[in-house]
Amino acid sequence: MTTPTPQDYERRIAALEQRLHAFEGRLAPPTAGRMNTAFFERYGLVFAWILLILVIGYFKPDQMFSWNSYAAMLGSNAMIVVLTLGLIIPLTTGDFDLSVASTMALSSMIIAVLNVRMGWSIEGAIFMALLAGLAVGAINAFFIIWFGIHSLIVTLGVGYFINGVILWISGSNVISGVSNDLVNVVILTRFLGVPLSFWYAGILTAIIWYIFQHTALGRRLLFVGRGREVARLSGVNVVRMRAGALIASGGIAALAGVLYTGMRGSADPSSALAFLLPAFAAAFLGSTTLYPGRFNAPGAFVAVYFLSTGIMGLNFLGAQSFVQNLFYGGGLIVAVSISQLLRKRRPMD
Amino acid sequence: MPEELALQVSNLSKRFGGALALDRVALSVRRGEVHGLLGSNGSGKSTLIKVLAGFHTPEPGAEVRLYGHHAPLPIPGPTVRKLGLAFVHQHLGLIPSLSVTENLRLGDLATKSNWHIDWATEFDAAAKVFARYNLALDPRAEVGRLSPVEQALLAIVRAVEDLRGVSKEPGVLILDEPTPFLPRAGVEQLFALVRAAVAEGASVIFVSHDVDEVREITDRATILRDGKLIDTVDTKTTSHDAFVERIIGRSMSAYGGASKALSAAEPQVAIENLSAPGLGPVSLTMTEGEILGLTGLIGSGYDAVPAFVYGARKARTGRLRLGSRSLPLAAIDPQQALSRGIVYLPADRMGAAGVGSLPVSDNVGLPVLKRLKRAIGLFDQDIASHAATLGATAGVKPNIPTLPLSALSGGNAQKALLAKWLQVEPQLMLLDEPTQGVDVGARQDIWDALDRAAAGGACILIGSTDYEQLAQLCHRVLVFARGKVVQELSGAALTKDAIAEACFRSTTLTPAA
Repeated sequence: MTTPTPQDYERRIAALEQRLHAFEGRLAPPTAGRMNTAFFERYGLVFAWILLILVIGYFKPDQMFSWNSYAAMLGSNAMIVVLTLGLIIPLTTGDFDLSVASTMALSSMIIAVLNVRMGWSIEGAIFMALLAGLAVGAINAFFIIWFGIHSLIVTLGVGYFINGVILWISGSNVISGVSNDLVNVVILTRFLGVPLSFWYAGILTAIIWYIFQHTALGRRLLFVGRGREVARLSGVNVVRMRAGALIASGGIAALAGVLYTGMRGSADPSSALAFLLPAFAAAFLGSTTLYPGRFNAPGAFVAVYFLSTGIMGLNFLGAQSFVQNLFYGGGLIVAVSISQLLRKRRPMD
Repeated sequence: MPEELALQVSNLSKRFGGALALDRVALSVRRGEVHGLLGSNGSGKSTLIKVLAGFHTPEPGAEVRLYGHHAPLPIPGPTVRKLGLAFVHQHLGLIPSLSVTENLRLGDLATKSNWHIDWATEFDAAAKVFARYNLALDPRAEVGRLSPVEQALLAIVRAVEDLRGVSKEPGVLILDEPTPFLPRAGVEQLFALVRAAVAEGASVIFVSHDVDEVREITDRATILRDGKLIDTVDTKTTSHDAFVERIIGRSMSAYGGASKALSAAEPQVAIENLSAPGLGPVSLTMTEGEILGLTGLIGSGYDAVPAFVYGARKARTGRLRLGSRSLPLAAIDPQQALSRGIVYLPADRMGAAGVGSLPVSDNVGLPVLKRLKRAIGLFDQDIASHAATLGATAGVKPNIPTLPLSALSGGNAQKALLAKWLQVEPQLMLLDEPTQGVDVGARQDIWDALDRAAAGGACILIGSTDYEQLAQLCHRVLVFARGKVVQELSGAALTKDAIAEACFRSTTLTPAA
C-alpha cells in the first residue's frame, strides 16, 4: 500500500468541495412554492382570454360561439399584431417608437398612390412602401442615437411629420381601387377558414419569438435594453443594436401597412393612426404574459387577440363604438400596472 | 467650560451586523475651530458623519451635544440644520441646470410656499453674500457651467448661509472630503472660504485623506482607526509622520505581505504614456502571470486606469502593447479589447458589470453565447446548465442560475460576474475594486480564483484602496498621486502598512521618472 501524497489529499479535498458546492446549490431556496404563482403569471392572460369568451358567450352564445365571428376578427386584426411585433423590438432595446402607426399609414398610402394613381405594379408599390418604412426607422435612429435625443421626442416628431407627408401625397383623399391581387392574398383567400393575413401575422410572431428566445442577437438586444453600459462593456455594439431595432420596427410597421391596404383595398390618410395606442397596449399587456417581464412576440400575439375579442364581445353586447377607446386605453394602464407589480413597483427607467 | 464647545460627541458606537464600525468614539469641536477628521478606508469616519447627518441610528448610550444642548438621537435628518449642523458632501447636491441664485436659495425655495419671488432682489442678495466672502460668482450663471472649484465654493457658501438663516448659534459646518478632485489653486480658494466662515464664528469639521491639507487648515484633528478613537491632536505641534503613524497604526503589520515572487521576466503587457484629463502620463509593464495593484488616495487617478485600458473610457494618448502587438489606447473600444483577450470588471456591480433584473445565467453566458448554441439555436436550459457548472466551480451560493442577479448577495454576484470573464481565458484582466461590498468568505474565494487565473498565465491589473487585499494578492503595487505613479512596492516591502503609508505620504512625493 502506498502512502497518499499531499497532492492526493488536495485532489480529495477539491473533489469534496465540488460535491459540497453542488449540494449547497440543491439546498438553496425551494422553487416549488413559487411554481403556482409563476404558472399563473405566465398563463394568466390566456386564462383571462378564455374566461372573457365564456362570460360574454353566456349572454350572447349565438354570436360569441360562432366560428365566423372569430375568423373575421382574427383576419382583420392581423395588422395590429404585425404592428405590435415591430414595436416590441425597439421597446426591448429601451427605445420607444411612437411613429409606428404613422409609418403604417405612410406605407399604405404609398402603395395606393403608386398603384392606383401612378399605375405601378403592386409588387413595385409594396417594395417602395417597405423601403419607406426602413427609411423612417433609419431617420429615427439617426436623431435618437447620433444626437442623443430621447426616443419619445424624436419618434413623436417624426410621426407627426409623416402624417403631414401622407396628407400631402394623397391630397387628403381616400384612394381606393388598389389591385385585387393584394386583397386576394391578404383577406379573401382563407386557410383553415381564416384569412391569410392571420397566418402571416402568426409566421412573423414565430420568427420574432425565435430571434428573441433562441439567438444570441435576441440576448444582446435584451441586454442593451436592460443595461446599456453592461452591454457595451461586454462587447455588444450598442449603437448597431439600437439602430437595427428602430429600422426593423419601421420596416415591420410598413409591412403592417401592406396588410392594412390589402384588407381594405384602399388607403385613407387618417384611419391607420388610430392603431398606435392598441399596439402599445398589446405590447405592454403581452409583456405580462408567457415570458413575464419581457416584451415577447407570443405575448403580443395573445394580447392583441385578447383585446380584440373583448371589443368584439362588447359590440355583441350592444356597446357603442367608444368602448374601443375605453378598452384599449384601460388595457394599456392595467397592463403597465400589472407589470409594475411584477417588478415590485420599482421606478420605471 | 462646555459653552466653549460647539459640538460634543461622546460614547458613540455603531454596529453593523457583527462588525463594530464605531467603538465608543468621542469628538469635541470648539467654537470657531477648524477640526480635522482623519482615517483610512474603514476607519469609521464616514459612519460618524452619517450618524451626525441622521442616516444611521447610533447604539444606545451615545450622547451628542450642540452648544451645550442635547441633540435627539437618532438625529432627525430633515431638521438637522435647525440643530446647527450643515453638510457639504463630495457630491455637492447642486442642480446643474439651475442658476447660482436658485441653487443658493434651494432650501427655502423647496420648502417655503412663496407666491411671489422677486428675482431682481434675489440676485442682489446673492451678489451681496458672495461679496461678503470675496467670491466672484455670477448670481445669474448656470451652475453646470461653473468650474468644479466654483461649484464647491457655492455649495459651502450655501451651507454656511443656511446655518445663519435657521440657527441662533453660528453652527457647525461639516465638509466631507471636499478637495480630492480640485486643483491646488482651487483648494487655496476653498480654504480661504473656510477661514472666512470661521471668522464669522462657525466651526468646521474637515474630513479628508490628505494629511497635508489637514495640517494646513485645521486647528486640531481627530484620528480614527478601525472604528476607534486614536487621538485628538493639536495640528501645529504634530508632524506629518506623526499623523501618518496614527492613521495607519503599527499593530497592523501582522498582516504582512504575501511576498509573491514571479518567475517570468519578459514583459507581456505594457502600457506606454497613458494620459487623460487629470491622469498621466502613466507607463507600466506586466509579466506573464503577474497581479499588479494600482492604488492611491481618492482623486489620484489610479482608479480610472483599468477603464482607459479597456476603452470603456477614452484616453487621450498612449499605447497598449500585448505580446508582440501594439495598439493606440485612444482608438480602443470594448469590442476590440475583448477580441484581443482583455476583459474588464467594473466596480459598479449592478450598473456596469451585470444586469440585476436578468437571470444569473444570461449575465454569465453573455460572452460565450456562440459556444452555447445548438444547431437550431440557443436554449435557456443550455445557458442555465452552463452557468450552473461555472457557478459550482466559482462557489456561487445559491447556485440557481434562473434567479435574477440582484437576488444574490454582493459577494456571490461578484463571484458569478468574475466567472463570466474567467471563462473566456483572458490574457489581461482589468479589475476595479473587485471585492468592494463582499463578505470575507467570498473575498477569499475571489482572491483564490484570481490567483489561479494568474498561475494560468493571465496578467491581472487591480485598482483598489483595500490595502490588505493589495498586500495579499499582488506581486507589485503602484501608488498614484496627482495622476502619476509616485512609488512602486514589491517583495518584502509590500505590506498593508507600507501601502497605506505610501498613500498618505504620496502627496509629498514627486512622480517617479
